[in-house]
Amino acid sequence: MKRLAAGLLIALALAMVAGQFLVPARYDQQFRESTDALPGGDHPLGTDELGRDRAARLLAGARVSLLLAPAASVLAIALAAMLGLSAGWFGGWWDRVVTTLIDLMISVPIFLVLITARAVLPLNVSPISSVMITFLLLGLLGWAGSARVIRGACQTHLNSDYILRALASGSSRTRILLVHLLPNLWPVLRTQFILAVPGFILDEANLSLLGLGVAEPLPSLGSLLKELTHLPSSANWVGLAAPALLLAITVGAFEFLLPPKEGAS
Amino acid sequence: MKFLILLMAGTLLAADPVILKMCLRSEPKTFHPLKADEEASETVRFLTAGTLLKINRKTQLREPSLAAKWKTADGGKTVKFELREGLQFSDGTPFTAEDVVYTFQQVAAIRSGFTDSLRQGEATPVATVTGKHEVTVRFAELTPGWERLIDGLGMMSAKSPLGEKAVMGAFMVADHKPGQYIALGRNPHYWVRDAQGKALPKVDQIRLDITANRDLEVLRFKRGEVHMINKVEPDIYQALATQMPEAVRNAGVSFESEQLWFNQAGKAPIPAYKLEWFRSPVFRRAVSESIRRADLAKIAMKGLAVPGVGPVSPGNTVWFNQKLTADVYAPTVALEKLRKAGFQKKSDGLYDAGGHRVEFSIVTNAGNKTRERLAAMIQADLGEIGIRVNVVTLDFPSLLERITRGFNYEACLLGFTNVDQDPNGQMNVWLSSGATHAWSPNQAKPETAWEAEIDKLMKAQARTVVLAKRKEMFDRVQAIVHEQAPFLYLVHKNVLTAVHPSVRNSLVTVLFPHVFSNAEQIELQGLGTYRTAR
Repeated sequence: MKRLAAGLLIALALAMVAGQFLVPARYDQQFRESTDALPGGDHPLGTDELGRDRAARLLAGARVSLLLAPAASVLAIALAAMLGLSAGWFGGWWDRVVTTLIDLMISVPIFLVLITARAVLPLNVSPISSVMITFLLLGLLGWAGSARVIRGACQTHLNSDYILRALASGSSRTRILLVHLLPNLWPVLRTQFILAVPGFILDEANLSLLGLGVAEPLPSLGSLLKELTHLPSSANWVGLAAPALLLAITVGAFEFLLPPKEGAS
Repeated sequence: MKFLILLMAGTLLAADPVILKMCLRSEPKTFHPLKADEEASETVRFLTAGTLLKINRKTQLREPSLAAKWKTADGGKTVKFELREGLQFSDGTPFTAEDVVYTFQQVAAIRSGFTDSLRQGEATPVATVTGKHEVTVRFAELTPGWERLIDGLGMMSAKSPLGEKAVMGAFMVADHKPGQYIALGRNPHYWVRDAQGKALPKVDQIRLDITANRDLEVLRFKRGEVHMINKVEPDIYQALATQMPEAVRNAGVSFESEQLWFNQAGKAPIPAYKLEWFRSPVFRRAVSESIRRADLAKIAMKGLAVPGVGPVSPGNTVWFNQKLTADVYAPTVALEKLRKAGFQKKSDGLYDAGGHRVEFSIVTNAGNKTRERLAAMIQADLGEIGIRVNVVTLDFPSLLERITRGFNYEACLLGFTNVDQDPNGQMNVWLSSGATHAWSPNQAKPETAWEAEIDKLMKAQARTVVLAKRKEMFDRVQAIVHEQAPFLYLVHKNVLTAVHPSVRNSLVTVLFPHVFSNAEQIELQGLGTYRTAR
């Protein structure tokens, strides 16, 4: 199964890199005489309402989202791990500071922060810069929930019997951290990462409301997924459902490829 | 026992009231006929108020109503109305010349957007009784297009204990549950009869459900729980056309347009070289000629629009300048004009004389799929002449803040809603001092010669009541706007509505209200099926 997952991800990566050679048109090319075309010879997944090749847009969108969303997730989980782990590990006043910070981040409406960010950003930003800034903001602002989970997991482990036994047997704190605690927290970090990727992809799509996120003509998986709302009135369900299928396959493949959830204590 | 059986039989045999159902997108702010300023209140006013004359929504021409005839005098400053005799308000109070005088006194006493439109400075029209059934209204100044103002002036009773609740229209407010619905009952004293001499209105009640959610409104329409939708978007229209082809109605070209304009405001925080492009009519015309308007109408608007011509849509049969046509797509001509103005097309794009790459952003409101499609198509068209366009969608409040206060934008794509047939309703757009002179508002004095000429023409047409003269002047305004292109008119949208197959006699019109301008004549058929739709 791992081989299949790896094969899928490699094929996807190759398709994303060599996408322009696999499809008959650029993602932004408008074939205005064949709008809303069904899948066929010229357009394997049909065209969208402006006549743009859906296959080309899917590959371009996947390239944007499947590179930037995991990158944003790594950033968010790294921040969450740093703060959550340190709060759980050190406890005391630092724990209180981090907990307050987490509560603050969760309670402050993130949209307000993003509106402020949009206000200070210039309007003339290229589509790719716009989407990169968005994912960076998502990564910087999206760590709080995960940090709370990691802090809780860290405290649970620190109070568990195996850690107490290790302490009693004279293990150093460094050894406890590196050999016992971190490997046991890995499944938590991994799950948080897996959950964050599709979340960020969809968040990015919704942020177009604030003038952030992907801008025309660049597609993203999120913006393509939003077109699923046309499914009831469209005959091209293959073209509309393809982004959802691609996202499910990618996340599923990651799930199989990453090390197992069981701890290493 | 016998009585009880008769009572039960009577109850069973009594016909259910025939209820025509529609939706309002918001709660009406008022039921007062002189205070109605937004669509929901205006809908209630239209259905309940009686006016001296009215604009026929089909022909767009004035016709008698409570006044059987009228005559203008004093060069147009004075209008003498001859009232119909024997009419009554909804509570039975007789309608007299004193009521007309009282209504005009209320116009003077009440400040609202509507009464302000009847004011000239601080002066309001003064009405006096000049005969048993005759009222003379004297305007302080010449008021071209006074008919459209009188068309909205609901008569109020001077004597009725119900005050403004006593109405002269076909319906009256019978019930109101805030946030839920307004029930308009039949006015028992409504004076108009149908061709067979039968009393109108034909339905017993109009129920206006307050539903902000358009998807829900469409869903209820499909189920027969709503009978008419006054305005639907192209996407919904297309979806309905496939599911209920007999229900969709396209009234033709509306007064509304989608347009693009460049920020020319001197205080705009944008680079000076960009301001120079935007202030250049050559640049604006070149951009205009590089847009495929036919494609915008066909693809972005789903074929439910026509290419944009100018400030007046061809749907406005009275005021449209017939000599104007939509700009033809001519990128080669546009590039040549730009070259003469110092721009240079290189392999990677268009550059100005100062070596700046020609690139600008277009802001539009997020969530409007039609505008997003228009912007994406313009982006592709301008890309062909080397102009790089960045499309930015913003939430509406942020967009308004940028275009009306901060002026921190480069170009904007928006639609202007124009429900007023007469050019005087657009004064705030065309006068250089106007707040909605979008490309450079609130000018202390006209910044360009052509804006000065438009100011002069708009003020001059407002000082005469001779339609032909006014038309000649406003035709020139339209021609100037076409030449100078402060607004690039992209498309004129069609009026798209939905009328349930159970509705008969609905007159679909370009003018507001699009589906119920003849509400008193509307009937519901197939009552066995549709009466239950409450």
